Amino acid sequence: MIRFILKRIATFIPVLLAIITITFFMVRIAPGGPFDEERKVPEETLRQLQKAYNLDAPLYRQYLDYLGGVVTGDLGPSFKKPSRTVSEWIVLKLPVSLELGCYALLIALCIGLPAGILAATRPNTMQDYVPMSFAMGGICIPNFVLGPLLVLVFSLWLGWLPVTGWNTPAEKILPSFTLGAVYAAYIARLTRGGMLEVMGQDYIRTARAKGLSETAVVLRHGLRGGLLPVIAYLGPATAGLLTGSFVIEKIFLIPGLGREFVDAAFNRDYTMIMGTVLVLAALVLVLNLVADILQALLDPRVRMSMK
Amino acid sequence: MSLLEVTNLRTAFHTRDGVVRAVNGVSYTVAPSETLGIVGESGSGKSVSQYSLLGLLPTPPAKVESGTALFEGTDLLQASPAELRKIRGGRISMIFQDPMTALNPFMRVGKQLMEPLRLHSDVPKGKAREEAAKALKDVGIQDGEAALDRYPHEFSGGMRQRIMIAMALITRPALLIADEPTTALDVTVQAQILALIKQRQEELGMAVVMITHDLGVIAATCDRVLVMYGGQIVESATRPDLFRSPAHPYTHALMASMPAMHHEGEELYTIPGLPPDMTRPLPGCAFATRCAHAEEACHTTAPALQEYAPDHGTACLRIQSGSLTVAGLNSELHA
Amino acid sequence: MMQEALFENAESGTSLWQDAWHRLQKNKLAMLSVFILLFVVLTTVTGPWIIDATQGYSYRETETTLGASAPSPEHWFGTDQLGRDLLTRTLHGGRISLLVGLVATFVSMIVGVTYGAIAGFIGGRTDQVMMRVVDVLYALPFVIFVIILMVLFGRNIYLLFLAIGAVEWLTMARIVRSQVISLREKEFIEATRVMGLPRYQIIFQHIIPNTLGPVIVYVTLTVPQVMLLEAFLSFLGLGVQAPMSSWGALIQDGVGTMEEYPWMLLFPSLALSGTLFALNFLGDGLRDALDPKASKD
Repeated sequence: MIRFILKRIATFIPVLLAIITITFFMVRIAPGGPFDEERKVPEETLRQLQKAYNLDAPLYRQYLDYLGGVVTGDLGPSFKKPSRTVSEWIVLKLPVSLELGCYALLIALCIGLPAGILAATRPNTMQDYVPMSFAMGGICIPNFVLGPLLVLVFSLWLGWLPVTGWNTPAEKILPSFTLGAVYAAYIARLTRGGMLEVMGQDYIRTARAKGLSETAVVLRHGLRGGLLPVIAYLGPATAGLLTGSFVIEKIFLIPGLGREFVDAAFNRDYTMIMGTVLVLAALVLVLNLVADILQALLDPRVRMSMK
Repeated sequence: MSLLEVTNLRTAFHTRDGVVRAVNGVSYTVAPSETLGIVGESGSGKSVSQYSLLGLLPTPPAKVESGTALFEGTDLLQASPAELRKIRGGRISMIFQDPMTALNPFMRVGKQLMEPLRLHSDVPKGKAREEAAKALKDVGIQDGEAALDRYPHEFSGGMRQRIMIAMALITRPALLIADEPTTALDVTVQAQILALIKQRQEELGMAVVMITHDLGVIAATCDRVLVMYGGQIVESATRPDLFRSPAHPYTHALMASMPAMHHEGEELYTIPGLPPDMTRPLPGCAFATRCAHAEEACHTTAPALQEYAPDHGTACLRIQSGSLTVAGLNSELHA
Repeated sequence: MMQEALFENAESGTSLWQDAWHRLQKNKLAMLSVFILLFVVLTTVTGPWIIDATQGYSYRETETTLGASAPSPEHWFGTDQLGRDLLTRTLHGGRISLLVGLVATFVSMIVGVTYGAIAGFIGGRTDQVMMRVVDVLYALPFVIFVIILMVLFGRNIYLLFLAIGAVEWLTMARIVRSQVISLREKEFIEATRVMGLPRYQIIFQHIIPNTLGPVIVYVTLTVPQVMLLEAFLSFLGLGVQAPMSSWGALIQDGVGTMEEYPWMLLFPSLALSGTLFALNFLGDGLRDALDPKASKD
């Protein structure tokens, strides 16, 4: 198991290197530069700026310098927000995005799992149709529609919750729910599918033949196998939660890393783009690994194959 | 005094393609500590007739439409789900066809073994573990203590079936229903498992209902036999009677198609035609369309199981009327 | 006897589709979705043209004196701040959304089917390496790259097709590969080989029809995902350029003014979500129809 984890972590290095390389050259090849918009900067100032940001060195030199920086945790200065370095900005903004993602995932699991289990225990009845209709709604109503609609209803019309912000608990309710809704929907569908599959297995019949109550059959024997698809989905879901937060952070004016990334992209803030991409990618890789470990903990057969 | 007395059991499946009458008026008894074999093709209703008793069929689509099943003073078919759960796994246990899928792959063997014990008696956990290890030893798994902490996929098919048997018998049931317990196993293991069931049966003094499509299994284990076809019992007899003088053309055809009944190089006999369409029951005998001895009456009059000799029942109209003798039916079988 | 049974199976290759069609017809939700989708396609294609001919509105024509107006007999969906007819803009935006949805899905299908089929057919180490690549790509936050691409290289609709197509092919590749592999080992394929059917006949009569089902189902379910992604990018301001529009871009406009002019959010949202509902229900219906084993549940 430990060996499996170490091996996986070792594969992170080439993947992250590839990501840095692709991002670096994509950003540099693109037409336009970070200082295009600054009107009529004197030639001398521009040259100084470029020198300050190491933009006058040959491209390969810049690339190697950047790589060297990454290894020591230095992601360079921000082009557009020079008050802090990129690393400092990330340390400042990342916790907000992570907090948002955690709440959203928690909401998604708390709604999605019970809904899916309920639906699967009595398929093709109202107990199945009602939660699954909501799930379909969650999938078909994009979060950038759902968010504003919720704001319209709960903030503007009813006045129960604040419109934007990320300081008080009340401010965190709408964004977390908006981000989590679609994942609740997917988790509900996956749980239902997984549970239906498992509940048709022979070992469930064995459990019933032992005289276990239906609740015990579902929870003790059905749940583990039924949740495997959900666990497998958690990796991609966390990636989605992080990138999905771009929109949510924009709608609710949340000072997170997602908004920082989108702003950086629009502003061609090279170092900021690369820094945020690197951190987000690393995060997704780690979370995928966590999902795989969870899967191994739940399924002894997977655990065997890891040895 | 019989242990289990089933009368006029009818079970149907309500599917999109119509109503499947899987078990169509079946009556039989099981005496304490005897082995009753139920033999028939797949779809003959032999498994459904047992699953109906324990409420193990998915409802819907399945529905027990009539009948009584008295077991130790309780009518299983009228019992509440909670009452039935107490009997299931406690007084009546089951083992299934495929040991590769019948054990929960996510749960350690020990935990699965202790589950029925903890459910049906208030044995403390430590004691339950001891009993589980002993149960494994009783089915021939020597290192029972270590096996408790392993997962099902770490065992072979035969070993898993032993675990299944240990699990079924850990509550010392009065009745074990074995649903094709050897079908999925290697030939070499089959005999071992049958011998094990027999041995444990004698040690515990329980009755066994052995569901199988294999007359060889019947010959090796059973005291009495029911032959099922099209959801009905077409013949009931003691094992020696059944093999010596089968009294229904279907039983006869079954035996004629056994490889052991053939000389070397002789072509295997197969029963012509297809099993009956259970959604459209025929007015007469279900076997009539495939029967070499069928007369006009067989296609129009539904037969009932009747004793034509002591302890030997048949649902064949022609045997009952005497127009076909058992000896005549079997003339070529022993030739 | 054996031969007959096999030919019965072979014939069911055609009746499989008939069966599926019958099952689909029984699924009311899926049939309703088919009609909704036909309606959406028909109106978005012909609608702007008809309105232009009868009313003289077009998606880019401004009428600044009118400004934003609520739905009325002249403007069924109302107008935006520039006085543009919102019905026309919604229909026109629908063209873009549907076009992106279809073309990008097509791109992802081509890439995914080719990749998956190659991995599945060759098998062995090649397959392992190819699938490991897919696994790694799966773990990447692709949307980030799409955003960078769109920002840096301009909001070009062809780039959008490519970028989205590049994201969505992964699952398709996995599905096709596992289908091909499981088919290769199926007994009935083995049987056709034993019977001496020529290779092309095995491929075209048995393997292709059997992979087609899951591919069709997944394509139907990919279109709404792609449309969502396009809407997401448009919402971030990275979709098509004004005065052209798509549902995502219209929704973005609507969100900015939802307190004053709620209809500007309402109608494009309804159009997008309605279409997504229809596509998803149709996809689910197709899956149930093509895979009767799964539909039993």
